Amino acid sequence: MTRYFTDKLAKYIVFISGFTAVVILLLIALFILREGLPAFSEIGVFDFIFGNVWRPGIDQYGILSMIVGSIAVTIVSMIMAVPLGIACAILLAEVAPSKVRNILRPAVELLVGIPSVVYGLVGLVLLVPIVSNIGGSGFSILTASIVLMVMVLPTIISISEDSIRAIPASYREGALALGATKWQTIKGVILPAAKSGIGAGVVLGMGRAIGETMAMIMVIGNSIAFPNSLLDAARTLTGNIALEINYATGTHESALFATGVVLFVFILLLNSVATVFLKRGSNAQRLG
Amino acid sequence: MTEYNLNGQTCRGDKIKAKNLNFYYGSFQALRDINLDIPGCAITAIIGPSGCGKSSFLRLLNRMNDLIYGSRIEGTIELDGKNIFDKEVDVVDLRKNVGMVFQKPNPFPISIFDNIAFGPKQHGKKSKIELEEIVENSLKKAALWDEVKDKLGQSALALSGGQQQRLCIARVLSVEPQVILMDEPCSALDPMATLKIEDLMRTLAKNYTIIIVTHNMQQAARVSDTTAFFMMEPDRAGSLVEYGLTSEIFTNPKDKRTEDYITGRFG
Amino acid sequence: MLNVSAKQTQKLAMAGIWGGGVITLLLLIVIIGYVLLQGLPGINWEFLTTNPKGGLSGEGGILSTVVSTLYLIGITLVLLVPIGIGSAVYLSEYAPNNRLTRIIRYGIETLAGIPSIIFGLFGYALFVTVLSFNFSILSGALTLVCLLLPTMITTTEEALKAVSYSYREAALALGTTKWQMISRIVLPSAIPGIVTAVILCIGRAIGETACLYVTMGGSAAMPSSLLEGGRTLSLHVFYLAMETNAMDKAMATAAVLIIIIILINALTNLLAGRFQKRLKGIS
Repeated sequence: MTRYFTDKLAKYIVFISGFTAVVILLLIALFILREGLPAFSEIGVFDFIFGNVWRPGIDQYGILSMIVGSIAVTIVSMIMAVPLGIACAILLAEVAPSKVRNILRPAVELLVGIPSVVYGLVGLVLLVPIVSNIGGSGFSILTASIVLMVMVLPTIISISEDSIRAIPASYREGALALGATKWQTIKGVILPAAKSGIGAGVVLGMGRAIGETMAMIMVIGNSIAFPNSLLDAARTLTGNIALEINYATGTHESALFATGVVLFVFILLLNSVATVFLKRGSNAQRLG
Repeated sequence: MTEYNLNGQTCRGDKIKAKNLNFYYGSFQALRDINLDIPGCAITAIIGPSGCGKSSFLRLLNRMNDLIYGSRIEGTIELDGKNIFDKEVDVVDLRKNVGMVFQKPNPFPISIFDNIAFGPKQHGKKSKIELEEIVENSLKKAALWDEVKDKLGQSALALSGGQQQRLCIARVLSVEPQVILMDEPCSALDPMATLKIEDLMRTLAKNYTIIIVTHNMQQAARVSDTTAFFMMEPDRAGSLVEYGLTSEIFTNPKDKRTEDYITGRFG
Repeated sequence: MLNVSAKQTQKLAMAGIWGGGVITLLLLIVIIGYVLLQGLPGINWEFLTTNPKGGLSGEGGILSTVVSTLYLIGITLVLLVPIGIGSAVYLSEYAPNNRLTRIIRYGIETLAGIPSIIFGLFGYALFVTVLSFNFSILSGALTLVCLLLPTMITTTEEALKAVSYSYREAALALGTTKWQMISRIVLPSAIPGIVTAVILCIGRAIGETACLYVTMGGSAAMPSSLLEGGRTLSLHVFYLAMETNAMDKAMATAAVLIIIIILINALTNLLAGRFQKRLKGIS
């Protein structure tokens, strides 16, 4: 009965491939932890995270300045990207006629597709000289944040747009029928109803920002000094790993994996927050 | 064993036999204590208001409900004296033997020929000549051959709704079942197409056991030999109210509820 | 009754909203326009068909990087497509609604959110070091498979879910086994959607850098085996911009990338449209 054999075999094969992603996730966690643990035990968790000198040559491994660098670019880019992204999402979901949508939506999709090195390159050639006119070398947290803003825009726009679209038409009609203006409807009814989804979009955008590597390396200057202003150069956690992993050995190598562990924890936290937002969003819609 | 004399031949009165049948979706009971003997070589109509479990019952006969997660069956359904829920029964063979036509015509998005040849191919028939013969015969039996013989290579989706449904019937015939289940096969069709399917059913009844679930009481009266009337109990579980020859059910119902339903007092 | 201030707020707000759209569009136009303006003049036959000189020299073309990119994508797809489709088939056709399935879905979601450089670290530890594939196209491809798997699975699963349930019923009711139903009816009907998933992954593979930067080595030479290092187009842009002064070559290479991405986006949109139409014709 070959077809029953095939049927069983196929079932087992797809069952196994169904697990691949989970296995990879576990392997990633396992390898990063295994390689990073020696650094944590040798340097000490506290000294590693709150130490602010990174000098592999003299066995000093503190990543505070990079944590600050990563958080700084994430926050500054978000300050710029969130209002812009939400405006764009409202435009796409509520305001724009279909002609405009048909231009804007592919444009947003294209922004997702552009490789991060191309963003880095444009930042390097176009933006660095402009920022250097304000002060400093131009390789700075500000430059990196502007580049990141463009890169996270699509994430914020598409998730916010989806959550605005998911709001039942009856909400809108209810408000408009009361004589509210379009903006009053958006502000008073639509945005509050969509706020969980928009929150998730913002948090996922933060995840993308904190994980970005190549474009950051190209425009942030990669300085290991502690940054004191937005015009200072800095280094991100991601950049630290990418720049040094290929020649590092011993504790230095382990310290880079430990940097990965810290980054991993940041990402897991952000993802959990996003999940909570999304759950709350779908619950709210179910109740409505 | 009861025997019927229907369609000019003597038929086994219990081709299909449901005994003490209960069916649950999770904790919800969809069918309660169904006992029903369905004769072979005849058309049995199952009627009743929406939600009375008639489709659930039909889908038990070829075990399509196996696909529903959390469903549970008590009791037996025998086909030719053999319980179809037995462990050793091969559900794939059962479905080959008990074909099904669905509410909405659902031809595959491939050519007319490939739609009909699909079943036989899966059951191991490979030669082109054999397949061509099966396709032609099945389409002829489904009274569709003359309309499509020149365009067998075209997409089945290009056919009209009525033609699509007859194609689906031909597709069922291609695997040579004994029983054909029809789940409101005409509900998506216009009156002319409906009449054609009904004519076809009458022709097929000479060789196949047909069970049709229908909302349309005129249809049940027109095409069926026997009729079963299902209704919901207060807890929404479906049960069999009355069963008998169609002529009797429609002219002289024994149960008050049957009479109310067929005279249109509810449902 | 509307008072004047509500009207004025409305006007102001709408101006802000439209402003957001205009700025986004302008950003895109500036980026793409700038790269194309600066890069297109540098693209010619010689640029496309000679190898880069490598090292600190920015001279030469991009031939070996194109070849490396193609090799990389080739191996990646050989592994990614079957695993991705298998996984998607499991989730859409077999997976019961239980805790195990929720764990699998959670795993896929989490994997999708992990930054490229973490995949790079993992690939470096496992493929480059433990399995000693060294810095090579193979190490890069294996890392890329891990990175792209969530995208491939979710997009394929959507394509499978879009196939009408009635086909599945019809096939099973004809007495097919579940696998016959999946392999003969569901997968063929979903092919346009699966192709879209593959193209999407190719697009991401072309743009990916961080995880490859730490696993592929970055040699500019023409690769002669999969166990040799290589440099993709994207990596080439990075090396040119950071290690040489050849900004014109970097821009030209970036322009090639942008053109490829525009074509890929157009293709996926076209295919997605077709797929929708085809499924609509059915229902």
